[in-house]
Amino acid sequence: MRIRRALLALCLACGVAATAPATADTPKNMVVMAAMLDEFISLDPAEIYELVPIEYAANVYDRLVRTDPRRPGEILPGLAERWSVADDGRTFTFTLRRGARFHSGREVTAADAAWSLARLVRLNKGPAFLLTQMGFSADNVAERIRATDTTTLVLVTGERYAPTFVLNCLGAWAASVLDRELLLANEVNGDLGNAWLKTREAGSGPFRLVALRPGEALTLEAFPGHWQDHPAMKRVVLRHVPEAAAQRLLLEKGDVDIARNLGPDDLAALRANPDVQVRTVPAADLLYLGLNTRHPAFAKPAVREALKWLVDYEGISRNVFRETHVPHQTFLPAGFFGAIDDLPYRFDPARARALLAAAGYPDGFSATIDVRKGYPGQDLAQILQANFAQAGVKLELLVADNKQTLTRYRARRHDIYQGYWAPDYIDPHSNAQGFAWNPDNGDDSPNRLLAWRNAWDIPDYTRRTEAALAEPDPARRRAAYEALQRDFVRDAPFVILFQKVLTLAERRGVEGFVTGPINDQFFYSGIVKR
Amino acid sequence: MRPARLPGAVARRTLELAATFLGLLAVTFVIGRLVPIDPVLALVGDRASASAHAQALRELGLDQPLWRQFLDYLGQVLQGDFGVSRLTSNPVAEDIARVFPATVELATLATLIGVLGGVPLGVLAALRQGTWVDHAVRVASLIGYSVPVFWFGLMGLLVFYARLDWVAGPGRLDLAYEGLVEPRSGLLLLDALLAGEWEVLVDAWRHIVLPASILGYFSMAYLARMTRSFMLEQLHQEYVLTARVKGLAEWRVVLCHALANAAVPLVTVIALSFGHLLEGSVLTEIVFAWPGLGSYLTQALMSADMNAVLGGTVVIGAIFVGLNLLADVLYRWLDPRVR
Repeated sequence: MRIRRALLALCLACGVAATAPATADTPKNMVVMAAMLDEFISLDPAEIYELVPIEYAANVYDRLVRTDPRRPGEILPGLAERWSVADDGRTFTFTLRRGARFHSGREVTAADAAWSLARLVRLNKGPAFLLTQMGFSADNVAERIRATDTTTLVLVTGERYAPTFVLNCLGAWAASVLDRELLLANEVNGDLGNAWLKTREAGSGPFRLVALRPGEALTLEAFPGHWQDHPAMKRVVLRHVPEAAAQRLLLEKGDVDIARNLGPDDLAALRANPDVQVRTVPAADLLYLGLNTRHPAFAKPAVREALKWLVDYEGISRNVFRETHVPHQTFLPAGFFGAIDDLPYRFDPARARALLAAAGYPDGFSATIDVRKGYPGQDLAQILQANFAQAGVKLELLVADNKQTLTRYRARRHDIYQGYWAPDYIDPHSNAQGFAWNPDNGDDSPNRLLAWRNAWDIPDYTRRTEAALAEPDPARRRAAYEALQRDFVRDAPFVILFQKVLTLAERRGVEGFVTGPINDQFFYSGIVKR
Repeated sequence: MRPARLPGAVARRTLELAATFLGLLAVTFVIGRLVPIDPVLALVGDRASASAHAQALRELGLDQPLWRQFLDYLGQVLQGDFGVSRLTSNPVAEDIARVFPATVELATLATLIGVLGGVPLGVLAALRQGTWVDHAVRVASLIGYSVPVFWFGLMGLLVFYARLDWVAGPGRLDLAYEGLVEPRSGLLLLDALLAGEWEVLVDAWRHIVLPASILGYFSMAYLARMTRSFMLEQLHQEYVLTARVKGLAEWRVVLCHALANAAVPLVTVIALSFGHLLEGSVLTEIVFAWPGLGSYLTQALMSADMNAVLGGTVVIGAIFVGLNLLADVLYRWLDPRVR
């Protein structure tokens, strides 16, 4: 990737770029994006698990409530125009608006919503945890999520959870409200319409699916009957363009309006182009190192802290990432409720050496690091190798495909794992649970999140994470996460390094594409062309 | 061939084919299962509960012993069912029917360019051995050999698409022309021609011409070198001397005698090079956002989507078997000794 970029940059410098390209704009009422579409496994919101498909669900389906991409922690009405929580802290009552319609023309009812949530639990696919973690199971869901009339839905959680948590989960893509009659008409062997929906839609959102050609394009069109949004764009097309340089050329020529997967070199060049505007939005992906505490060195907190002093955050930022990542050291990414921007660690090899000596490793030690092939993983790992060597820590790079390193990581077979973690939904619990919760450290534990994968046995953090999850008062909940992160950043066998930054390059005049930190908060309906 | 033996020969040939495919499938299947990737992970995500993970594993039949999985798969294939791709949720046969024509179109055009350019250049280089013509052809071939295809692709886009506007950008067709032509063969050029949609034809041509030329150049570089060495071998044979002594015109000596003999090994080389292009050229497909077999299979491999990989393997196996048969037939036609 980098060689390719370098070659391209070289040729640009050689003066091939002397003349301005001729441009041919896309139609006025249609927006075309260059994106990566190689991961469309399913279009069923109860099964979708990848970034762009989640974004698809955010635009084709409605939910009971929406999370606000501009104000973390705030909840907006969706198909439910209002809701209340009973004194028991477990019973949520939603009142649905009248007049919202599915793309099929049917009116959306509370029965559709209750059935859709129950369906998520009963299908038990990847994202089912969004509801099962609140105590819903295939056996109890029919009784705990009920439509009491056409506009009222009552939901009773298993325990007391912070209302913001429950609402954030119900505002996630997997809790989309589906057209029950359409799906039941297409049900095969009791699959609740899953096979049919994998390649089709049954939504009520501001856009409807025209066609998905995997590896080629996704085409949506505006749904004129939506209860709230009236998109200016009649069509939205996502074109699969895997090569960043090709995305850039398409954008410069005006064959696409928005390019979404550009590299640092492309962005630098595009900033000088008057026809293009470049915008950066913090994304929720954290780039981090997981230190397996089964490695004798990483079992010692002082060694873990030493490594945090051994990363040249500044240098990496400048040489590898430039504007695509920003330093971030705590587990809640900027843009999340409860996030803090503390950066306690900087590059200080002397301090690291002292900590290592105190822990019994005056000459350092050896460890392997599992790294995803290609840019930026390999580039980063090579710099870390050089950084760590300054305190005698010898890293051996094990470079493999992403799914391969992840498989090793999930089996706790790594010393150090270098990779990304992205929260699945916008609530802070998503990452707190990932990083600081491990109720069962045994090899056969059913919960295999990040703390477990690094064999970090933490009854105290687990209890604090659960307390923050149950805290009904938003201000106190926020304070709980802040305190949790300040301790975590010092103790944890995680070196959190960077937060990814989403960079969007848009043709001048293309405005209103709303982007939050996760793809579930990417909305097309506000896009206009001036 | 005596008629009495014919059924036996056909039966043997069929058995050979069946054994080839069975071996191909078995090896691919085993490799696919040995890859240290958890295929369920690609499906349910990193965050799924243990029960969701186990349920997906069961639904895919991956909890069965390996031999059992393979037999089940073979049973399906024999019924013409290649299963469903885990990556796209479409039947594999449908996916391949969609991506393969894009590759066929590109590979055919590239091979045409390669043959029409490479063979004459190779002949010319052989005839003018050691002169500047020979050196020029050698340099052109070397460049074609050694410069990475993605670099040519990006440079081509930069110059001919972004700056000069002579060709269209990445993709197979502009959005404005999407869906205007009923996909009959899947080959856009042919479909547009059959439907008489001239504007679509022109647009499809503007999209394919650059990637086809670049792949064609590589194929041309290879064929020119091979043709040159085959021709040199023939030109040094005694029958060429005899022909010249007999006073035949030089063009007859070259074309009717030397080239006719060089054509026999050349056919194999062309068939193989066409075969490799039909596997899909991953880098070209990525640079040109070309939805072909190469990127489809690469993606499938990366996600351990074994149904798609096995389906693609069968297609590629069939291509090579078919091309071998074709080369055999052409041999008989070109080489009287084999008849």
